[in-house]
Amino acid sequence: MHRTPRLFLFAAPLAAVPGRAVAAGMPQLNVHDPLLIGQVAWGAVIFAGFYVVLSRSALPRIERVLSNRRTRIQNDLDIARRAKAESDRASAELLSTRHEAAAQARANVERIQNEARLSAETHARETAKRLEAEVANAEARIAQSREQALSSLPAIATGTAQNLVSRLIGEQDEQTVASAVKRVSA
Amino acid sequence: MTGEASVAAGSTIDALGQFELHPVLGSLGEALRFSQSPLFMLIAVVLVLAFLFIGMRPASVVPGRLQAAAEIGYDFIHDLAIGTMGEEGAAFFPFVFALFFFILAGNYLGLLPFSFTYTSHIAVTLALAVTVFVISILASLRFQGLGFFKHFMPAGAPVWLSPLLVPIEILSFLSRPVSLSIRLFANMVAGHVLLEVFAGFTIMLAGLGFFGHILAVAPIAINIALTALELLVGVLQAYVFAILTCIYLREAVAH
Repeated sequence: MHRTPRLFLFAAPLAAVPGRAVAAGMPQLNVHDPLLIGQVAWGAVIFAGFYVVLSRSALPRIERVLSNRRTRIQNDLDIARRAKAESDRASAELLSTRHEAAAQARANVERIQNEARLSAETHARETAKRLEAEVANAEARIAQSREQALSSLPAIATGTAQNLVSRLIGEQDEQTVASAVKRVSA
Repeated sequence: MTGEASVAAGSTIDALGQFELHPVLGSLGEALRFSQSPLFMLIAVVLVLAFLFIGMRPASVVPGRLQAAAEIGYDFIHDLAIGTMGEEGAAFFPFVFALFFFILAGNYLGLLPFSFTYTSHIAVTLALAVTVFVISILASLRFQGLGFFKHFMPAGAPVWLSPLLVPIEILSFLSRPVSLSIRLFANMVAGHVLLEVFAGFTIMLAGLGFFGHILAVAPIAINIALTALELLVGVLQAYVFAILTCIYLREAVAH
């Protein structure tokens, strides 16, 4: 009882395992056991049943779920891709429309500016023409009045000179006065 | 007899008793030869199907946790099967799926206490491997006709080597179900024997008094690590079985 247990540790497998194993043999090799053949027969039945249930029901069910998922993901991806293409197209359309609108607006602005400039120019030209005409008119009238004034000047000068002469010398020589006036003014 | 010797002799570790088959449901199970092995096959199949059906019941586009898990299981085996066999092998996908989950559930159920690991029986793994073997031969004949037998003479090899090469190729072809079944069987048996042996150590050490109680912790720690390893081995062996099945079937359909 007081010896070291280590010795026993080495002795035990030597004593235990081979002794019984060799003596009794492996139960797996006891071909006379009816249960040994029985388990093979039962095993064949059970395995066949397992195989049938797996191949007919269990595995196709999993395959269905997996393929459903695959197609669903594929469909979702397709939908997403289509939606993206559509939105890309819409955004491109929007962009081009905006460009067009901007160009049109610029053109409109230019056109209106041009029109305004043209109308301002015509207006200015017309005004200038009218003013010129008026100026010319006025000049003509002035010239006419001056002419009138100048043409009536000899008669007034003659009259004034005759008055002065008659007052100075009390005699009237219309002829001399008129010729003198004409000589001076000429 | 000293103390240890009597303890060791009195309570030998019965590492192989866990693989014994016992009828369930009393005499009915005995009559039907229904042991705990088919019972756990049934439990495994029901669990896997329940996982798939309950998980996929919402069938929603955005999956919940359980549905995502079921879909991951499906996608994992689907990618494995189609990636290896190509679209021509799509018909074998349910078979590969059934194999993988049948083995995986068996390996993992076996790690629960008081349960039984049906993949630790060579009869079961051999039956599965022979099923794969027969299906791959039938598929080869179906897809390639008699051209299937040309594969036993490697293309480009010198003809005078054929008396050597052809028997080797036939032998390696015939050894496929053996290696496929023994790989799974041996991994499961080794893992469970180790778990049982170390669990037995704990009980034996516990009988040695104070120091034994302290030392008994070590095998428990080892068993925890072994359980983690067995979780890895369980999924790895199921994966290896499934991918080798895919490779054998690829040779059948894609040549």
